[in-house]
Amino acid sequence: MNENYSVIGKSVPKMDGRVKVTGQAKYTGDLKFPNMLVGKILTSPHAHARIISIDTSKAEKLPGVKAVITHRDVPSLKYGISPARWDENIFCIDKVRFVGDKVAAVAALDEETVYRALKLIRVEYEVLPAVFDPVEAIREGAPRIHDEYPMNINTEIHQNFGDVEKAFAEAHHVRTDLFMGQRTYQCPIEPHSAISIWEGGKLTVYSSTQSPHYHQYYIAREFGLKMGDVRVIKTFVGGGFGGKLEPTGLEFAGAALSRITGRPVKMFYDRHEMFAHNRGRHRQIMEVTTGVDKNGKILGLHANFIMDGGAYTSLGIASAYYAGAMLTLTYDFENYKFDMIRAYTNLPACGAQRGHGAPQPRYALEAHLDMVARDLGIDPLELRLRNARQPNTITPNEFKVNSCELTACIEKARELSGWKQKKGNLPSGRGIGLAVGSFVSGAGYPIYRTNLPQAAAIIKVHEDGSAATLYTGATDIGQGSDTVLCQMAAEAMGYFYENMKIVSADTETTPHDFGAYASRQTLMSGSAVKQAGEEVKQQLLEMAGEMMELPPGELDCREGIVFSKYSPEATRTFAEVAREFFVQKGPLVGRGSYTPPKLGGKFKGAPVGTSPAYSFAAQISEVEIDGETGQIDVKEVWDVHDCGMVINPALLRGQVHGALFMGMGESVWEEVVFDKNGRILNGNLGEYRMPTAVDMPKITSELVESYEPAAPWGVKEVGEGATIPTMGCFSNAIYDAMGVRVYSLPLSYEKVWRALKEKKEMESGLKSAAGRIYDKC
Amino acid sequence: MEALTDQDGIKRYLVNINVNGDPYTVIVKANTLLVNLLRDQLDLTGTKKGCELGDCGSCTVLLDGKPVNSCTVLAVEADGRGITTIEGVARSEKLDKIQESFVNNAAVQCGYCTPGMILSAKALLARNPKPTEQEVREAISGNLCRCTGYVNIVKAVLEATGD
Repeated sequence: MNENYSVIGKSVPKMDGRVKVTGQAKYTGDLKFPNMLVGKILTSPHAHARIISIDTSKAEKLPGVKAVITHRDVPSLKYGISPARWDENIFCIDKVRFVGDKVAAVAALDEETVYRALKLIRVEYEVLPAVFDPVEAIREGAPRIHDEYPMNINTEIHQNFGDVEKAFAEAHHVRTDLFMGQRTYQCPIEPHSAISIWEGGKLTVYSSTQSPHYHQYYIAREFGLKMGDVRVIKTFVGGGFGGKLEPTGLEFAGAALSRITGRPVKMFYDRHEMFAHNRGRHRQIMEVTTGVDKNGKILGLHANFIMDGGAYTSLGIASAYYAGAMLTLTYDFENYKFDMIRAYTNLPACGAQRGHGAPQPRYALEAHLDMVARDLGIDPLELRLRNARQPNTITPNEFKVNSCELTACIEKARELSGWKQKKGNLPSGRGIGLAVGSFVSGAGYPIYRTNLPQAAAIIKVHEDGSAATLYTGATDIGQGSDTVLCQMAAEAMGYFYENMKIVSADTETTPHDFGAYASRQTLMSGSAVKQAGEEVKQQLLEMAGEMMELPPGELDCREGIVFSKYSPEATRTFAEVAREFFVQKGPLVGRGSYTPPKLGGKFKGAPVGTSPAYSFAAQISEVEIDGETGQIDVKEVWDVHDCGMVINPALLRGQVHGALFMGMGESVWEEVVFDKNGRILNGNLGEYRMPTAVDMPKITSELVESYEPAAPWGVKEVGEGATIPTMGCFSNAIYDAMGVRVYSLPLSYEKVWRALKEKKEMESGLKSAAGRIYDKC
Repeated sequence: MEALTDQDGIKRYLVNINVNGDPYTVIVKANTLLVNLLRDQLDLTGTKKGCELGDCGSCTVLLDGKPVNSCTVLAVEADGRGITTIEGVARSEKLDKIQESFVNNAAVQCGYCTPGMILSAKALLARNPKPTEQEVREAISGNLCRCTGYVNIVKAVLEATGD
């Protein structure tokens, strides 16, 4: 890709490819320890109830049961994402707040005994009125879910930049649309599990986690342990997508059970329990108002949202801020107002799912802007080009955007998809739609308040120079960070990817890193790795200088060969120099760490959405709709990305494919549904419909040239960004095909069919469709 | 099948199975699932559990050459039969062609669906050595993957059909 580099920019095979195709890769649930017990959590059958009493005596007497614990046996310290919103206990103390809330736990010799014991725990409940809709939850007189939060308001945001009212008053056209999102769930194929081993004041937890450090922090805090006495080890992780970022409860319950029994305890969720634990995407109700001039230039935007947070904060404060913060990234306008209420409901808590709070609002904005373009008689792609953000600009909410090739993305997507030929010329039932998106390359501020660096890395060259090991806290959950970081290390050292080894995400052996979230690792962990690699190289060249009797400044190292920049015949191998270094000076080690610059404004919530760099993308999809059934047949999708310099093109495309797949599922099929008592109706992978191999269309993933000055080698994110435009792009393609707009997600066949039916009725003057969506709110 | 009754009156069955060419004799309960026999008793953890309902395909193994969800097969049903798990696909340091193709085509991300995918693909290629893209998609449609959008998996299977 780039001849200046030897290792990066190449699609080297994944570090862990081989162990994963042979079945040798061990995930947490695959591990066994001598004397290990099996543990499970008892959850609430009620959406909202007072706990009157818990009787564990029968369960305790069951042969094979080693411990039964409730809130009485664990610390009562609350946890959550930030001190102001710590609202969750290891086990419920006074009340349960959703079907699936944690009440007690059992450890026993085997799984069967555990299940039998759970059934023997007697919990007496006083059932309370429950509320499941965020709009109802914040009405006067709604059941109060947490005593500390009046009106069930978990978070309220009011941000105002510029003067939106004035912009609307001066606008040529002002339009408001209302959209509804849905609850979706990450559905990693590997269920959550954790193995806790508490021995002599030290706790070791093997966990299926996206952030060993964050788990370590909260486990230590809950149990009053020193961070150094809690070791969290990530095994192979079978996907996370946000759902494995925060503690799941398994590690807390497992730790307590292990301390009491003195034995290793393996805890796990089954598929239904995963849905019940949730922490998936928030359902948002989104009112979007835009004022534009007669050319379609956006003058002001007002995003007025309500979000269903479920029963606890989880990571939801961040989701709430992200929902509005990220809308300003793609278009250049000055006046912006964002209002949000995150409401508690008696449903499972929502958290961070790929794209965090951003995909649903982006769907709303992109669908809305298509309607604005239609109102003005402007091609929707042209409208986006007229408003597209340019490089080196600042958003109204004070995010500094360095590299930005959004215009190039839109133009390239237009060429690839044949937009000009197709738009307005496709046969009936066929349509084409566009949407754009942007995402952070790492959150500008850590996941909890601390001045620790975002990332750190150590590289140790082996004694004979035949290998080097990268130690990083960065967390590979399948996306390939181990591979990308080893490529970066080898590049910085002047070494071979093939000779790299890695130890990652073990809080005892690897230096601190916040882990896999906010698409942060290529930029942030990569910065630390690059620095560590350069430190190795520097020391190596100094040693080589002594050996070759040349000034180190005259030397360089590439692909394992140290050479003089001026007399190419003078060379030494990396290995022989590294060996000599070890003989003379001891271990050859490089260190690096990364702290982003101070970013963002000073207003409340200003840190959320800050990032050293932002990715940009344009997506176009072509669909065919069956007018009789509403069935949506996606013909092709084109994704064009600005994600800076690419370290591994094959892995990058894999991220785009996967993100698009998830976005497509959320667009058309995926939704977690509940009965009127708050019980999940489709908590399994048969009825929660994620796309299968036969559902996926042809995907074209392309890039535009881009270089990010704030990042190592100019990199940016890709993992989450590609999921952001998808729902809007499908909504717009459906509209183009049929002239109907579905205002709620998912854009299911049934909803498309109903919208078509309504359109026909409207056209024949039978009924007004207005207000339909408002009724739902 | 021989059965023993334990002190609680629960019957245990003696099951003879051949896994990856190796004969095993194991004692199971009537309700023991094949996936649990493989994972818990034989330590063949390459076979994954994702849903335990037959929805996700992570636990796919070959039962007498046919792909099955081992979470919906009772261990006693496997008595006298031959099973191939992911551990039996490559018999030496050298990978099977499908495995190699998965690695080379970046068809593996988190890897949790990979063993099941590879076994479904293996069964397909055994009965249809030159499948079309649509046939590949249908053959793996019972194996859910949350990472790849199936793009590179389909590519890998198609590439493994070449000579």
